[in-house]
Amino acid sequence: MAVSTTDVRARLPRFRWQSLQKPAVFIAALLPFLFLLQSLLTGQLGPNPIDTLTDQTGTLAIRMLLISLMLTPLRWILKNTWPIRFRRMIGLFAFFYATLHVATYFVLDQQFDIGAVWSDLSERPYIVAGTIAFLIMVPLAITSNNAMVRRLGRRWMSLHRAVYIAGLAVVVHYVWLAKGDLIEPIVYLVLLLFLFSYRLVKTLR
Amino acid sequence: MQDWMKMAGIRSSEITDQALFKRRRQFLQASAAAGVTGLIGVPGIAAAKDGVPLPEPIIKSEFSTTDELSSKETITTYNNFYELGTDKGDPVRYADRLRTEPWSITVDGECDNPGVYTLEDIMKPHAIEERIYRMRCVEAWSMVIPWNGFALADLIKRMKPNSKAKYVAFETVVQDDLPGVSRNVLDWPYREGLRIDEAMHPLTMLSVGIYGEELLGQNGAPIRLVVPWKYGYKSIKSVVRISFVEEQPDTSWNLSSPREYGFYSNVNPDRSHPRWSQAKERRLAGNTSGLSALFTSKTKTQFMNGYAEQVASLYDGMDLQTNH
Repeated sequence: MAVSTTDVRARLPRFRWQSLQKPAVFIAALLPFLFLLQSLLTGQLGPNPIDTLTDQTGTLAIRMLLISLMLTPLRWILKNTWPIRFRRMIGLFAFFYATLHVATYFVLDQQFDIGAVWSDLSERPYIVAGTIAFLIMVPLAITSNNAMVRRLGRRWMSLHRAVYIAGLAVVVHYVWLAKGDLIEPIVYLVLLLFLFSYRLVKTLR
Repeated sequence: MQDWMKMAGIRSSEITDQALFKRRRQFLQASAAAGVTGLIGVPGIAAAKDGVPLPEPIIKSEFSTTDELSSKETITTYNNFYELGTDKGDPVRYADRLRTEPWSITVDGECDNPGVYTLEDIMKPHAIEERIYRMRCVEAWSMVIPWNGFALADLIKRMKPNSKAKYVAFETVVQDDLPGVSRNVLDWPYREGLRIDEAMHPLTMLSVGIYGEELLGQNGAPIRLVVPWKYGYKSIKSVVRISFVEEQPDTSWNLSSPREYGFYSNVNPDRSHPRWSQAKERRLAGNTSGLSALFTSKTKTQFMNGYAEQVASLYDGMDLQTNH
């Protein structure tokens, strides 16, 4: 017996373009990592690959964190909750790139030399700022799943507000370490202050 | 036309000639690289072109180190030359924009033979040597570079500085259309300086080449200073002015951040630096692009970059923490 096409359509779940949004954002956020990996494996990172890796993973972490921070104000501007769907994913990508950044520094650059890391921390404030940013991001990443959101309830919200401190610390880290050319870090700082003031005005109203 | 093409019915006009094919392929690769760059900002590494061979003979210097050399590729693709851009890959990318012909150097100040000298005038009397020096960047990496050039002292003697000449000041060319010059990252022109006894020291040289070839733009063509016991930024590139002066001259990085970059800037692993630990360095020599390069250890930085035996006496009685 032949099955009519309408029957088949009726049985398939209706295709929604929206279901592709999250995978698309995931792939877009992962692409830089794949390109970095490819450049690494094909020797395209230049004569000082460790420095290049440190710079690139750090820049990616900052960009992802700032994008994740921009999504909440974007919701108010668009008057649409749509951007919020990607906030957790982008935030976790920020943590992913930050972890790669810290691992590159600790494993490849310092080669587990605790003494050298300690002197970096005690002599170079920008390393302290970067460390603070990363340490704040760890519990946020751990408590980012639905179960933790439920378990922590109202406390989850206050905990995750710490992301603003992480954002500030990471931009300060970048401003302090930049040599000569300050354009990019200053752009990030201005963007961050704009986000802060936007949120503040919104909260006070 | 090949027989097999006739048989297959292919006209020779349909066949892309190999040069065009190569160009197309390079274009496609460049486009792909540009796409990647937009996303993550790893600018693809531009390949350095070959330099023009220097005239023979090139005399081997007794000052050369036996350390393993950095490759020509490393020396010509990983540079700090902010007039050409602040990224390490910018100097090789924009090297061709630096116009080096004609080139002249203005010599002025406290000396008997001031004037504007063409590059040929400057170079003519000097035999070209090969000197393999360690080069230590303040960013905690180092290279081993086979410079070609001559002792700065030999040029200074020709200019006959007088007794008021306590320091020598240098300036880099400023060409307004260079990509880095339009941005005020530093207060152009790039300036450097040495005390006259440092300038007269036999290790201090003017370089016109590496690996037996004329300097490329990214390395400071056509003529630059090399002071191997100081951080790399003291070895000023593309020199257009040499002045004999009585007072300690302004230097670019010192003007930019005096706490970090002192006038002397001698390599010193014991002086804490606010940005990079100077205790160790990553030596960019041998295979630097393979996976194994990710696991090479840093080496301990030597006081005065290993040239202390020759130069430490220049600083007798000086506190090198304050006079950094």
